[in-house]
Amino acid sequence: MRELLYRLKDRYHFGTPTFQRDDLCFVTVKRSELRAILTELRDVEGFTHLTLLTAVDWIEEQQFQLTYMINNREANLTLALRVMLDREDATGDTIHDLWPTAATYQRELREMFGINFPGSPRVDEEFILEGWTDLPPYRRDFDTLAYSQQTYHDRPGRETHDPKTHMQKVLYADYPKGAK
Amino acid sequence: MEDVDDKFLKKNKEVPLREELRPRKVTTPDGQEIEIEPLRDYFCEAQPKVHPKAYSKIVEDFYNWARSNSLWILGFGTGCGAIEMRPLMTPRFDAYRYGIQWRPTPRQANLLVISGYLSVKTLKRAIRAYEQMPQPKYVMGLGSCTINGGMYWDSYNTIKRLDDYLPVDLYIAGCMPRPEALLHGFMELKQIIRKGEAEGANKYAENFAQYKANQKAVIKDWDMPDYNW
Ligand code: SF4
Repeated sequence: MRELLYRLKDRYHFGTPTFQRDDLCFVTVKRSELRAILTELRDVEGFTHLTLLTAVDWIEEQQFQLTYMINNREANLTLALRVMLDREDATGDTIHDLWPTAATYQRELREMFGINFPGSPRVDEEFILEGWTDLPPYRRDFDTLAYSQQTYHDRPGRETHDPKTHMQKVLYADYPKGAK
Repeated sequence: MEDVDDKFLKKNKEVPLREELRPRKVTTPDGQEIEIEPLRDYFCEAQPKVHPKAYSKIVEDFYNWARSNSLWILGFGTGCGAIEMRPLMTPRFDAYRYGIQWRPTPRQANLLVISGYLSVKTLKRAIRAYEQMPQPKYVMGLGSCTINGGMYWDSYNTIKRLDDYLPVDLYIAGCMPRPEALLHGFMELKQIIRKGEAEGANKYAENFAQYKANQKAVIKDWDMPDYNW
């Protein structure tokens, strides 16, 4: 893996790679080079499988991070490429022509994060939500607790206990000594 | 529990009716112009009616005894509890020995078991299934999710109280209730029916407007007729 990155690093701009295991590495790449890197990895280096495509909302930095995780079955290597996008604009580049499965991921990202992928098949259709009109629910400025309280009724009488203190009270009522 | 920050306000936008469901004029293959309204043309508009009691108590009691002995469950699993129904239908717990059986379609069932959390999307299907069941019919809610939201209490997409949307005759607490608890629940339901207190379907008919308002408040893209009977 290291040697693979070493080989590629002259031609592309890589960030500092993070090795979680010897065969699992995360590295940040430039958005303009993503397509070239993915194509080369797929066609030349044997990374034939797109394991997942997901996003992280870095709201403090006003950025979205896309993670393209690809896998080389033969050499048992997994490489994850991170791309940072502007959060305001929230538009990524579709890769459905490299891996057709990416279209489904992109549809999901469109619905859950509001990241658009122009040109991806059926990207504008609803994916799992029906009739959703609010902010995309995985964005961090969407407050799911507030939303659920404004939408669904609570049943009065529901109590929430902190498991640790609750069980301590139930099981060891007089601990520490004299607490009771 | 109160929300920590209440700056967030949800939007209340209307969802437009889907193109193919809008009333419109179409031309038939033989050149006629007709007006169609897909949500009305194919469905009965009658509202659900209260099922009247029999003329005398002893007859009604006999009916209730008979009803309590023929519980037919709609095999519609939502949430985690659908898994608990498999051992119930099979030799391990064998609910059939109590005269309880599962059917594949709402038209042949009279007990709807909501077996766990309901997302808004599933709620729509559950309402549809419930309304298609023939009277007298009963609803059972399994697990804390149907009672007060359970561990999905802060989820943006699952309802918290089932009885806002469907008339529930019996709740079984637990997360998830074990098959034994379900069997116990069935026995309990039988007793409730025999006492003549399982009036959920009548409650639904009486408070129809209220139930519909609750349902439509969460199901924004309402794309079915008001009563699916
Ligand atoms: S009550 Fe528990 S087991 Fe049942 S649906 Fe909810 S989370 Fe799942």
